[in-house]
Amino acid sequence: MFLSPFATEAVMTIEAAMTPEAPVIAPALEMRGITKRYPGVVANDHIDVEVRPGEIHALLGENGAGKTTLMNILYGLARPDEGVILLDGRETTIAGPSDAIARGINMVHQHFMLVPVFTVAENILLGEETMAGPIFLDRKEAHRRIVELGKRFGFEIDPEAKVGSLSVGWQQRVEILKALYRDARILVLDEPTAVLTPQETQEIFAVLRRLAQEGHSIVFISHKLYEVLDIADRITVIRRGKVVGQRLPSETDEDDLAALMVGRNVQLTVDRGDSKPADVALEVRGLEVKDDRGSVVVQGVDLDVRSGEILGIAGVAGNGQDELVEAIVGLRRPSGGRITLRGQDVTRASPRAVNEAGVAYVPADRHRFGLVLSFPLADNLVLTDYYRRPYARGVLRNDQAIEASAQERIREYDVRTPSATVRASTLSGGNQQKLVVAREFARDLALLVLDQPTRGLDVGSIEFIHRQTIAKRDAGTAVLLVSAELDEVLELSDRIAVMYRGRIVAIRDGRTADKNEIGLLMATGGQARAAAPVAETGPAA
Amino acid sequence: MWSIVALPLISILLALVVGAFVIVASQLVLPGAQLDLLLPVTAYSALLQGAFGNFDAIVGTLASTAPLVLGGLSVGLAFKAGLFNIGARGQFLLGALGAVAAGITLAGSPSIVAIPLALLAGFLGGAAWGFIPGLLKAVAGAHEVVVTIMLNYIADGVITAVVGGPLRQQGRSEAITPDVGNAALPIIIGSTGHAGILLAIIAVVVIGWLLFRTTLGFEIRTVGANPDAARYAGMRPRVVTILTMSLAGGLAGLAGAVVILGVNHLMTPSFGTTAGFDSIAVALLGRTNPLGIVAAALLFGALRSGATLMEILARIPKELIDVLQATILLFLVANPVLQRLFRLRGVKSGLDTTETLTKTYSGEAVVQ
Repeated sequence: MFLSPFATEAVMTIEAAMTPEAPVIAPALEMRGITKRYPGVVANDHIDVEVRPGEIHALLGENGAGKTTLMNILYGLARPDEGVILLDGRETTIAGPSDAIARGINMVHQHFMLVPVFTVAENILLGEETMAGPIFLDRKEAHRRIVELGKRFGFEIDPEAKVGSLSVGWQQRVEILKALYRDARILVLDEPTAVLTPQETQEIFAVLRRLAQEGHSIVFISHKLYEVLDIADRITVIRRGKVVGQRLPSETDEDDLAALMVGRNVQLTVDRGDSKPADVALEVRGLEVKDDRGSVVVQGVDLDVRSGEILGIAGVAGNGQDELVEAIVGLRRPSGGRITLRGQDVTRASPRAVNEAGVAYVPADRHRFGLVLSFPLADNLVLTDYYRRPYARGVLRNDQAIEASAQERIREYDVRTPSATVRASTLSGGNQQKLVVAREFARDLALLVLDQPTRGLDVGSIEFIHRQTIAKRDAGTAVLLVSAELDEVLELSDRIAVMYRGRIVAIRDGRTADKNEIGLLMATGGQARAAAPVAETGPAA
Repeated sequence: MWSIVALPLISILLALVVGAFVIVASQLVLPGAQLDLLLPVTAYSALLQGAFGNFDAIVGTLASTAPLVLGGLSVGLAFKAGLFNIGARGQFLLGALGAVAAGITLAGSPSIVAIPLALLAGFLGGAAWGFIPGLLKAVAGAHEVVVTIMLNYIADGVITAVVGGPLRQQGRSEAITPDVGNAALPIIIGSTGHAGILLAIIAVVVIGWLLFRTTLGFEIRTVGANPDAARYAGMRPRVVTILTMSLAGGLAGLAGAVVILGVNHLMTPSFGTTAGFDSIAVALLGRTNPLGIVAAALLFGALRSGATLMEILARIPKELIDVLQATILLFLVANPVLQRLFRLRGVKSGLDTTETLTKTYSGEAVVQ
């Protein structure tokens, strides 16, 4: 056996804790000595993981720690250089995703792989059509099975509903159903709660616990430590391709896990200190914005952000936050209302004019907006400034100045890279985001707009970006923070505005705000809809 | 370096192999001809001799390379901005028309005035033909591929109408323009090496400088690599699109002007070499990089230039060159197929090759 001392210890503890009706049998899944080398890096270095039947096993690690590689190997998307995979104690080779699915391994991806215009049933059947004849789908049989599966795991779902009309929480359930429909015994969930409200998260957790009770094994990938502690039976922590520890939730806490993950002690909550709000920097009045399809998704928003304060906007993704932000930074023309920046009307200003007025913007989608992945880091660091001195002299680029400034900012913002000339695509997600932050934070600002600044990042990077944000606030910058991560909004904001269906439905003080109240406002907009399923599920942790 | 040139080189070699089969097979359809399995060798060596066999041959190759370099730069520049300029042919024709119109008018003026103005007219003619699809794309979202294809046909019509009408030489039974006289490019090397060769070299330097040393070039490359990020960064992708298409059109127009002023000196309604379409192949083979385009243009120029000798010595019709070029292009476009093909072969022949090829192509994928 290649098990680390940690693992053996944990297994023994588990075995001791096992109830009589769950006798010790072979693990449902065992990955033994998995090693995968890519040119220059060892992505997985003799990783041992075992998942028992009916166990929820959390895989914890920073971005780039090797979780994805490990799961890709399990799902047949990559071949290990060394090591074996055992299913129910038998050695197995997994040649590809269809092979994995045939062996009962299923993955629920962070970004749902659903077709919005298809119904629930059609999405579930995609690629797995139950045939009544050689040509036609047996819809009836499929519908019956879907409804039955749903009931078994505690939710009622309408197979005829269009997926696009479902909330994200329900879409997640469709993804899980899809896996169950294929008789998944081992379910891998990659950051499943990233887009959910606290209430929805609890609902999904209930489903997962039910699944585990029925004997399904679940691999749960997350970076939210308290969630891992809440849901997992066992936690394996990976750092730089190696298993650095295994823990039972009962014998660990967030600080311990974070330290294990990062390799040093991490301050999980940034001490934000007191804010000293000054004059209003950004004033938004009666703003109306349409989305790409022409429907009004920001409906009369009024906001004030003062210099030296952080205003957080909480809301479930897709309630108009993106459009609001795009209107403020000039990427989207508002259809009504007014935006004023330090007294200057910028309602219809171009992105460049807004930028020159002292607005920095960290976009939600760093791959789409924030970076040109095929460009070197140095070019990305001057993406918005390339035409200004000292980076340009007339029509000419000043490569020396660009390179020098890149070196400086890479050092200052701790971007881990071999040099400034490598492509941005070679960096990890956390370092890519640091690159965006290094560009946007590195000048005097009137307003800093952050849209999902830490989505998908590791603890270390989150800590860094949060600190930088507080530092900017303390330097007198007005900060507008949009995040679907309620914890982030709660942690950083001096004031919290809740956005629901294009409106600001409530503003609360950041210090005294109640997480459950905000969560409920996010989900219902504060309308008295006590009958909504959200209320029945009970309070979130 | 190897990872960048591997695919084009493999494509060229494979195309030569396919060409050899075509040569052998072509003997079968000729009545009474004997099957000569060594004919491909004869043909290719004649091709090589025709392209590089002596000083005059080399100069001839350079002369036919010059317009290809300009046309390749046109398509390559557009590619950098994320635009597929299928319209190099139309822009080439309009450029030629502009050059011949200006050339005829200035035929009696001193060369120092006539040549630059005729070249400028050629550039502007092509630029106008590039501006139209650029504008339509920017304001209406019309796809440049569709628009430029249409404009290619319109360009044919315009040539026929203008050469047969306003520019027609008086007193001739057939539609043909007068000679451009003093606007003709001087011969600077050998007997056919016109000044267009120099112009092409200058254009390579200028476009390389524009793309990689100026802020405008940075904007063009950013718009091409990620238009959303370009907008975010405060650039104006629409303006960049219009500007790049006009510039690309101008380069193709310059290619047309070089052929008219350097080789033909007059125009007929049937004017139109293959240079317009060849430019696309050149840009693809050169991977849209200015230096790669020079290499690719040299290859295609050599093929065209050596074809005559091949026709004489091996009695293989010149059209074989079209087959070769098309096959190179097919292999290039079928790049994923080629990769898989080679990986499979590698698996059969041993592990080392698999690794090398895999590495090569994964590096390749990033380059694209």
